[in-house]
Amino acid sequence: MNDTTLPHIVKGGIGASPKRVEDRRFLSGRGHYTDDINRPGQTYAVFKRSDVAHGVIRSIDTSAARAMPGVVAIFTGDDIAKAGIGGVPCGWQIHSKDGSPMVEPPHPVLAQGKVRYVGDAVAMVIAETVDQAKDAAEALVIDIDPLPAVSNMIAATAEGAALVHDDAKGNVCFDWHIGDKDAVDAAFAKAHKVATIDLVNNRLVPNPIEPRAAIGDFDQSTGEHTLYTTSQNPHVIRLLMGAFVLQIPEHKLRVVAPDVGGGFGAKIFHYIEEAAVTWAAAQVNRPVKWTCERSESFITDAHGRDHITHAELALAEDGAFLGLRVKTMANLGAYLSTFAPSVPTYLSATLLAGVYTTPAIYSEVKAIFTNTVPVDAYRGAGRPETTFLLERLVDVAAKTMGMDRVAIRRRNFIPADAYPYQTPVALQYDSGNHEATLARCMELADWSGFEARRAESAKRGKLRGIGMSTYLEACGIAPSAVAGALGARAGLYEVANVKVHPTGSVTLYTGTHSHGQGHETTFAQLVADQLGVPFEQVEIVHGDTSKIPFGMGTYGSRSLAVGGSAIVKAVDKIIAKSKKIAAHLMEASVDDIEFKDGKFTVAGTDKSKAFGEIALTAYVPHNYPHEELEPGLDETAFYDPKNFTFPGGCHICEVEVDPDTGVVNLLNFTAVDDIGRVINPMIVHGQVHGGVAQGIGQALLEHAVYDETGQLLSGSLMDYTMPRADNLVNIHVGTESTMCTHNPLGAKGVGEVGAIGSPPAVINAVVDALRDYGVTHIDMPATPQKIWSIINAATPRMAAE
Amino acid sequence: MPQVKLTVNGKPATAEVEARTLLVEMLRENLHLTGTHVGCDTSQCGACVVKIDGKSVKSCTMLAVQANGSEVTTIEGLAAADGTLHPMQEMFREHHGLQCGFCTPGMVMSAIDLVESHPEGLTEQQIREELEGNICRCTGYHNIVKAIAAAWPLMHGRELPQAAE
Repeated sequence: MNDTTLPHIVKGGIGASPKRVEDRRFLSGRGHYTDDINRPGQTYAVFKRSDVAHGVIRSIDTSAARAMPGVVAIFTGDDIAKAGIGGVPCGWQIHSKDGSPMVEPPHPVLAQGKVRYVGDAVAMVIAETVDQAKDAAEALVIDIDPLPAVSNMIAATAEGAALVHDDAKGNVCFDWHIGDKDAVDAAFAKAHKVATIDLVNNRLVPNPIEPRAAIGDFDQSTGEHTLYTTSQNPHVIRLLMGAFVLQIPEHKLRVVAPDVGGGFGAKIFHYIEEAAVTWAAAQVNRPVKWTCERSESFITDAHGRDHITHAELALAEDGAFLGLRVKTMANLGAYLSTFAPSVPTYLSATLLAGVYTTPAIYSEVKAIFTNTVPVDAYRGAGRPETTFLLERLVDVAAKTMGMDRVAIRRRNFIPADAYPYQTPVALQYDSGNHEATLARCMELADWSGFEARRAESAKRGKLRGIGMSTYLEACGIAPSAVAGALGARAGLYEVANVKVHPTGSVTLYTGTHSHGQGHETTFAQLVADQLGVPFEQVEIVHGDTSKIPFGMGTYGSRSLAVGGSAIVKAVDKIIAKSKKIAAHLMEASVDDIEFKDGKFTVAGTDKSKAFGEIALTAYVPHNYPHEELEPGLDETAFYDPKNFTFPGGCHICEVEVDPDTGVVNLLNFTAVDDIGRVINPMIVHGQVHGGVAQGIGQALLEHAVYDETGQLLSGSLMDYTMPRADNLVNIHVGTESTMCTHNPLGAKGVGEVGAIGSPPAVINAVVDALRDYGVTHIDMPATPQKIWSIINAATPRMAAE
Repeated sequence: MPQVKLTVNGKPATAEVEARTLLVEMLRENLHLTGTHVGCDTSQCGACVVKIDGKSVKSCTMLAVQANGSEVTTIEGLAAADGTLHPMQEMFREHHGLQCGFCTPGMVMSAIDLVESHPEGLTEQQIREELEGNICRCTGYHNIVKAIAAAWPLMHGRELPQAAE
């Protein structure tokens, strides 16, 4: 382990696994989620949504509904238009190959003129109770002329297909590329062999267990709007909604994201309901609360993945990767969700080198509008798609070359001593050791003992398979200047405000947001470690724009790498000021003051001051260097990352297929990840478990299925196969870390590695189990039906031989 | 509107509700016991599980009027008066069996019923199968299964029998 511990970080909190601070309230029913909040005089909103995927709104007759008991107000797209309310904005702009900007159709808060997907909000009904609002919504008379719908990318790009937006010709939002086409063509021209794959990355529904909710509240006396919302990034919502939708200046708009019950990306985006309730609260002069129902979240929460890809890998005679050519279509759904354009492009194609030294890469991405729910980031966002493609393609390449799957990976690994490593697709990786994670994972999974286990399974008539994925991802998004150059419309730094109180306890205000990640524990460990104060004396506050200076929230595994670095920076400022106070108190030069384990000492003497004494002095400054310092001990830091971070690792999956039923029985899953510095191993392992579960879900169970008319067939938890306890096994987790070289913690991020690394490991195992059936690829999810059909359609070579 | 009388967490509780009001709505909206959560609308997720007259029930599948006269225990009623957590709560904390906390109340209530109804012992596979009615999106269930197995000896006052698997 390449440990580059910075001298000022003392051991103690870091690396320990204290039990989580937040658990007591969650376990006692005292969590404080958005739907638990009720404001005095509150009304309830229900959204009437389109039940057709595409159509022209001819009329909306609200008269009967308005006469229903308890109805307070009804708003339609016309009211929104009359009020001059803008559409919800897109936060990332992509330019096509020809330099033209992406087609960016407005996304109105309530549909205007047309509906474009099942779930598109047509009207908002506000009443005294939820049931009254629902009853009145049923009484709306809405006349929609259905239009032909395009419910998938094949239909949307067919000749003469209906247009989701008139100005997006061929339903193309942008046609983008990255890499060196000529270099790739040259690589293919000299290839010994070419490995090819066509695959679909299945569309998923994120499904955090807490449905979205939003409460708008307007204070008539101060003119301040408050939005309580289930968001991963309240400051971003304040910025987007205030500046672009409702034109409310930041100082009159507070956004609170209290306890949030899981996000996984789905709660990053600025949704229309947030703007609708905030605006409506000021119209009806009462708080307006909306709580999503699960069936509603299936057709309104942004979906994930949904790519179709063709890829080719040029191979030399010794198995070296010479060039990679990739062509992807990415489904964006009916409107551009907040970060949608970045997912198939800069969060995806820039990772096409993976852990390999492929010298030439060229990727094209066509982003397509369809009459479906908007698609955006879901745990991993772009990186699972690329990882699945690469790690499946490498297995296909091994087969094409007649090489061992491990050998071909080792042949092409970026060597540990080649770091920092510049890829041909923009990114420069700072650190990694792929051999180390591979070797450890193979050992833990007993890769070498597999053939014996396979033979044992065969005796029982079962088909056993093993598969691996050696992957790398980019997170800790991102240097603002880089992100800006790539089309981001926001900065991507993070903010920490450290308030040391007079008695030495500490409150940390972080711009990141915890919705399961355990920041209240990990960040407290970090501060306690750095300041040498007891863990229990540190309180973490997040999720309220009125308390926290600013922040970009939590997504892309950025909380520790970026948010944690901001904390280190703010605490450094606290220590620097404290040293000056200590120097004054001990009549020494600042340069002679040393700080360790919560004590300031004068070098070479036995003089010392405890951190608590300094804190008290800062607030009771009777003996204080007033000419040099202000009283108080309260520092804020903004940290803008210097690079992305690059977690990676090796995942190995072992399965057994029942040839009679096609059922895949998961036997073993091992993940060894390089995530940089680990602060709390217990939490890190939990993050990997959860990510792997979602990856296994994608690989074996989950699929958002639309019919050709644009109806979501898998639209409830009865139809959409969420992983349940008996679908999964215990997951063996290890870490084998190299430190991130460009942030003060060495942390790389752990939130997404499980979901990124695991799907190809599972499918590679399933394909391996079916090796006697001539199978080279199975699209996810690998359902029993698919596998049974493969087994029954093919004449097994095994039988023929 | 019908009046529903319950005993909730040992205390009498009364509310006037509509005939269509679900038990979970009465608990959350009328009695302000917001620890019981609603995660779906098809009785799949189990976030709303409470104990009614000793049995674990999804409180979204039951009308409040159907529960009239019942004894209800919610997540808020598990800890002792002095704040000492129920062994199941404590084991969830000990084994990191929760992340976002939203499925947790229902998960803990189901887990308690699961352990209570298997005095003969529980295998890991049994725990996984009997958790079918509770969905967690955060943990991958790994640590939930560990927490439940760890709570069994604490709740039954003896070691968990090693079942022949």
